Amino acid sequence: MSLFAYDFMQRALIGVLITGLAAPSLGIYLVQRRMALIGDGIGHIALTGVGLGLLTSRSPVITAVVVSALGAVAVELIRERGKASGDIALALLFYGGISGGVFLVTLSSGRTNANLMAYLFGSPLTTSPADLLVMMVLGAVVLGVTLLLRPWLFAVCQDEEYARVAGLPVRALNLLLAVTTAVTVTVAMRAVGLLLVSALMVVPVAAAQLVTRGFRTTMHLAMLLGVLASGLGITLAAQYDTAPGATIVLVAIGIFAALATVSAIRRGSRRRTTVEVEVEPPDVVLGA
Amino acid sequence: MNVIELRSAVVAYDERPVLRGVDLTVGAGEVVAILGANGSGKSTLVRAVLGLVPLVAGSVRLFGADGSARTSRRRIGYVPQRLGAGSGVPATVSEVVASGRLARRGLRPVRRMDRDAITAALTAVGLADRATSPVSTLSGGQQQRTLIARALAAEPELLVLDEPTAGVDAASQDAFAAALAAFVAGGGTVLLVAHELGPLQPLVTRAVVVHDGRIAHDGEVPAPAGHHAHPEHDHVHPHAPAETPGIWFNR
Repeated sequence: MSLFAYDFMQRALIGVLITGLAAPSLGIYLVQRRMALIGDGIGHIALTGVGLGLLTSRSPVITAVVVSALGAVAVELIRERGKASGDIALALLFYGGISGGVFLVTLSSGRTNANLMAYLFGSPLTTSPADLLVMMVLGAVVLGVTLLLRPWLFAVCQDEEYARVAGLPVRALNLLLAVTTAVTVTVAMRAVGLLLVSALMVVPVAAAQLVTRGFRTTMHLAMLLGVLASGLGITLAAQYDTAPGATIVLVAIGIFAALATVSAIRRGSRRRTTVEVEVEPPDVVLGA
Repeated sequence: MNVIELRSAVVAYDERPVLRGVDLTVGAGEVVAILGANGSGKSTLVRAVLGLVPLVAGSVRLFGADGSARTSRRRIGYVPQRLGAGSGVPATVSEVVASGRLARRGLRPVRRMDRDAITAALTAVGLADRATSPVSTLSGGQQQRTLIARALAAEPELLVLDEPTAGVDAASQDAFAAALAAFVAGGGTVLLVAHELGPLQPLVTRAVVVHDGRIAHDGEVPAPAGHHAHPEHDHVHPHAPAETPGIWFNR
């Protein structure tokens, strides 16, 4: 573990751990709503924010938060309408976002030496103390929303119509969730990059729900698995000199595969025992 | 004071009128069944009462106040036909039922009375022993009872149920009828959409038949006629919502 004797490695580790904790806590609501891939789209939009920041010499993190929050609100308004054309509108928004981002970043390339790849696929090793502070603050905001408002967000994501009838502030909760998704994307940008953000939101949740029975336990286990994948991923990346973001995501998928195998074996053995239990006694017992 | 007052309600989907000027008044303690064929507008009538579809003309008043008022919403327990599509992540029975308590609870922390109300609701529908089971492992009838417990957890004065007995096994129908009877005995008002009344028949005090967006009958429960009267009549529901396809995680 002498790798983590360096300052930059410590910052990288803390940064990815914050991401691993926050991303699944938000992602569980997206998975519950069957919108697992929406984080990916918001990540695309955030790149335009990064480009704007680099072009105007402002902090790309702040501009990314603002632009992706606006994008997330637009996505939510499209979803709320529930129109069939919503799909196309989302496609325009997402691809417009990533093209706009690449366009702006290349336009600003004369002025900065920022690397597009660092934003797309993450570069935790270059986390500065200022970056880390921003990540901590934004990560705390995300966790505050996802943990403290769990019953309300659960109700809205589980059955929106019911929540509406019950008089819950459905629209406000949906917009809050959208903006929090945008904040989570920006937190995770440094660690795994905008193209892999969605993986850390979704894969730990997918892995956790293979072995859990309730929403709360799924959420907590997903956060634990997110932290595990991040910590293990960055250690492996440092050891073998591989891309940290991609390594973290591969570890998360490995955890998913391991839990899927375990639960399949468990289910298989349970099914075999139930079959034995369900065998009906013969109506007539023949004398031996 | 009337619990529900619908006046000349008109609802249209894409310019096509579904309700054509409906008046409906439900008083406290009544158990009103809305009957009608598929596409008659009976579900739309209930959705208009709940404020889930906008009125083109007319008005809804609940508990003497405007239908959109949050204070009157809090007094309604709504039981949809099915568990919402948003079930990608496992949730236990008690988690789903607890979400029904939020309308009462507001933003204050969980108190003893909230936990008691949730337990009482689970007991009323006979699911107290399944509180920690994931809802996805329950039978259709048990899932339906979970939704009724969710509505009861808010301790409502009015229960609105959309086809509560459709596709529900006999044991669940009886448990359901018992829970509803207890609710009515406690002074509750019920509005339910039904295809067949089954074990709920003795509870119903009034039947409203909707035909082609208008009220065709309001009064005694009509005797089943035609093939509906046949004891082995199979109730198929072509309008039941289809499963929303998930991109990755279909459970």
